[in-house]
Amino acid sequence: MNSPSVPVDPPAQDAWEELVTAALLGTDRRTPPGSAPGREAPAALLDAAAVETVRRRAGLRPALAAQRPEPAPEDTRPALPLAAARRMAMLLADRPGMAGGARRGTSPDLVELLPEWLARANDRGFAPPPEALPALLDAARGRTDLRPAALTFAGPRAVWLARLNPDWRFALRATPGGGAALPHLDDPAEIQQLWQEGLFAERVALLAAIRAREPEAARELLSTTWATERAEDRLMFLDSLRMGLGPRDEQFLEQALADRSRNVRATAAELLSALPGSALAARMAVRAGACVALDHTGDGPAIGVEAPHECDAPMERDGVVAKAPAGRGERSWWFGQLVEAAPLGSWPGRLGGRTPREIVALPVRDDWQAELHAAWCRAAVRQRDAEWARALLGSPSAPEAGGPGAVSLAERAKLLGTLGSAERAEWVAGFIATHGLSEAFQLLGVCAVPWAAPLGRAVVDALNIARDAGSYPWSFSGVMGLAERCLDPAEASRLDGLLAVPDEPEDASPGAGGYWAEAFQRLVTTLRLRAAMLSELESAAPTQADDTHPHLTTT
Amino acid sequence: MTQQGVRWTADQVLALAPDAASRKAGSKLGAAGPWSESGSADEGTVWGLCKGSGSKPYQTVIDIADAAGPAYKCSCPSRKFPCKHALGLLLLWAGGDGAVPPGQPPDWAEQWIKGRRQRAEEKRTAGASGSAPGSADPEAARRRAERRAVRVTAGATELEQRLTDLLRGGLAGAEQAGYGLWEETAARMVDAQAPGLAARVQELGAIPASGPGWPLRLLEECALLHLLDQGWLRREALPDGLADTVRSRIGLPASADGPPLRDRWLVLAQYDTADVKLTTRRIWLHGADSGRTALLLSYGAAGRAPELTLPVGLALEAELTAYPGAGQLRASLGEQFAPPAPAAIRPPGITTTEATARYGEALRDDPWLDSVPVTLDRVIPTPDGDSWQLADTDTDTALPLTPAARARPGLWRLVALSGGAPVKVFGECGHRGFTPLTAWPRGTGEAVQLY
Repeated sequence: MNSPSVPVDPPAQDAWEELVTAALLGTDRRTPPGSAPGREAPAALLDAAAVETVRRRAGLRPALAAQRPEPAPEDTRPALPLAAARRMAMLLADRPGMAGGARRGTSPDLVELLPEWLARANDRGFAPPPEALPALLDAARGRTDLRPAALTFAGPRAVWLARLNPDWRFALRATPGGGAALPHLDDPAEIQQLWQEGLFAERVALLAAIRAREPEAARELLSTTWATERAEDRLMFLDSLRMGLGPRDEQFLEQALADRSRNVRATAAELLSALPGSALAARMAVRAGACVALDHTGDGPAIGVEAPHECDAPMERDGVVAKAPAGRGERSWWFGQLVEAAPLGSWPGRLGGRTPREIVALPVRDDWQAELHAAWCRAAVRQRDAEWARALLGSPSAPEAGGPGAVSLAERAKLLGTLGSAERAEWVAGFIATHGLSEAFQLLGVCAVPWAAPLGRAVVDALNIARDAGSYPWSFSGVMGLAERCLDPAEASRLDGLLAVPDEPEDASPGAGGYWAEAFQRLVTTLRLRAAMLSELESAAPTQADDTHPHLTTT
Repeated sequence: MTQQGVRWTADQVLALAPDAASRKAGSKLGAAGPWSESGSADEGTVWGLCKGSGSKPYQTVIDIADAAGPAYKCSCPSRKFPCKHALGLLLLWAGGDGAVPPGQPPDWAEQWIKGRRQRAEEKRTAGASGSAPGSADPEAARRRAERRAVRVTAGATELEQRLTDLLRGGLAGAEQAGYGLWEETAARMVDAQAPGLAARVQELGAIPASGPGWPLRLLEECALLHLLDQGWLRREALPDGLADTVRSRIGLPASADGPPLRDRWLVLAQYDTADVKLTTRRIWLHGADSGRTALLLSYGAAGRAPELTLPVGLALEAELTAYPGAGQLRASLGEQFAPPAPAAIRPPGITTTEATARYGEALRDDPWLDSVPVTLDRVIPTPDGDSWQLADTDTDTALPLTPAARARPGLWRLVALSGGAPVKVFGECGHRGFTPLTAWPRGTGEAVQLY
């Protein structure tokens, strides 16, 4: 029933229904109640219907209330400052795609600022105004990359809201326990019940929550039911041990090496190889060591490689995949896996007590260098070994760093991930200073936001050089976009000199100067906007405009 | 009035935008980047230069002191009104972080403002001296009105004949006839200078396709149309108030001639409905002292925002003049004594039972009324199958939402605001259900627009 209920009054109801029937069939066929057939019948029907319509409307009463929803849980976080709330509404209102692919001009791309805004709002622990939750959930629905931060910010009321609207069901999936509250982790009985009877997603969430607090307890809980879990579930559960991985997990993982599922075995081996003190790591060290030796036969020390001749059963049990992908030699495939899984700490002892830097500098015989260094890169990333990463990255200003050397840009980006943020920024800044921006996009992506001062300046200088070289700015649109989002807003004032349209040199692309000025204007505008946006989130002012009119009272 | 007192919020500024694209373009210009030499003066003007794609920046100036709403001038070629530059500048000014410092307007801005003020002054003195334009020859006006009444009578008589024919043959036939029949009849009513009849006839055409129960709704609307025809044809016999109501429902022009009522008017809601030719803006006001509810209507040509804009949640000290007609809430905005300013006023609320009773009572004065404005106190938005209702907190009664209100994003803002707890909701309550327009959270929070 869409409209309020009509009072129940059976005789009147019947009279009305008879009027409707007569109107539907026509007075020539059906004489309406209370009138004579003939010429006057339609007018009489309309008179009666008018009276009846107004009578029915005037007599409307409210409907019976349905079961009211459970109240939403309280959000105890402080409310967002008013200015920040308005800013958020504006950022959320700026949907991508509305621009229709038009040239961007000098105005900032607001929606791209949402991730930074959300991260800062979450850092400060603010709660959103409730009426903004639908827009926030819609934004998170459209952009999966925003979901974790958006849902954290949206808080408990968003989960409550998502239960009422199927469009936002993703918020329930993304929330631990499908939106149901996790049991108190101090209550073993509750934990056992959820673990034994819960849905898969609930159990994964429970395991992750316990793992975050007590890694041991999570592993013990898992081992109680390990043998009876399905293969796909075992894989997911095993993966949740990645968090807080430690030597005490070794025994459990070692057992998993004998698992029925190949994927479970491979994951167990991968986790074990990330524990340099594990028995698996030691076995791998022996196998890899047998393939690599110092070779003194030439003009100086070099590394000689003798790849394995077979992949035996114990190797396979330790996670080595026997079948090489198409186009790769079996022996180099096995060799790569052995080196990748061997603890990096075993190499100095094997190679004459050299430091990682010295080892990486050694020549490698018979074209094995690419294979060996690539495997070391993977090992450094997996074992998060900063010293090896530094050695493999080399100097950012080295000539081969810019071209396709032994270590690809993708590998470099991963290696950079093992370094601290300051060191990372410094290395990328050095790289850009030497090699320019054309290869830098991937590397910039792993740098911490906002960019450290030396990195930011290196990027701006390189953009300036690119402009002076006469190319168009859209060749650098990727880096420009990153700079808008990642440059420290405090740098904005340093860019003022770049905003003017320069005189066009003779060899420059036509009109490029104007487009560059436009691009730099957008950069500066965006930085200013970010500065304003971040400062709004700093203010701890009261959130209501409550003291402007103290003489007015709420009725 | 100090400038600080009238500084607007970004929401208020964005409410001025003629369409969504302008809102977006304007919010992008609401940052310091493209602006230079911007400033504002205490008497309510804002100006600035905006760097566009050309070499010469656009000159934008806005007069926000005018009681009839802000006025804009911009040297850009856009036909949007206000243009994105005006919106952006107002946003920058509303942001209040020193990007629009107080100062002396430059010559180009000063000239325009002066011109405006001067014309406004002349208009005021002309208005005060008496004779309103158009009423120059009362005899001619009377003859015009008589001629029009004759045509409306002919139209109403013709419409009666068509309704009678329809009922004789049966509504089932109307389903096959489709829109064509009604389109033609509506055009005849336009010729008869009865736009109110024309609009109602037009709506009849959509009913047969409106889903189950359409014969019932079609009979209701036909009967009310018949009632309006009969009201017109026998208007001499009606009491004055009801006769005025019939005239207004037929669509005859009327002027607001009631006594002016001065009050602090809280802006309860503002929303636009658009058809092919016209955008209609409805603004609901609540008088803080008189307790009266009043409706302001403002029109804009298709694609243009109506000129009058009053931000929801603000209150303005002003005089309102009622239009004639029993049970008519429409008024016209007279003199404004102070611009809209934030206020902590909330309208008093009633229960759902009282709300339906109020609609019933209002039908006595105006049987063609589709809904009445009410503020519901302490209601909880509650899901009811596929539908939603506003349920009283303390009793087991509830008002269902209209199908249109259920499909609007405002519903979810209302649900989120409530979080299962009681809220105060202003909206329109009628035979189709309740349409929420504005809500207030518990405590002291600001009004939240739902339309």
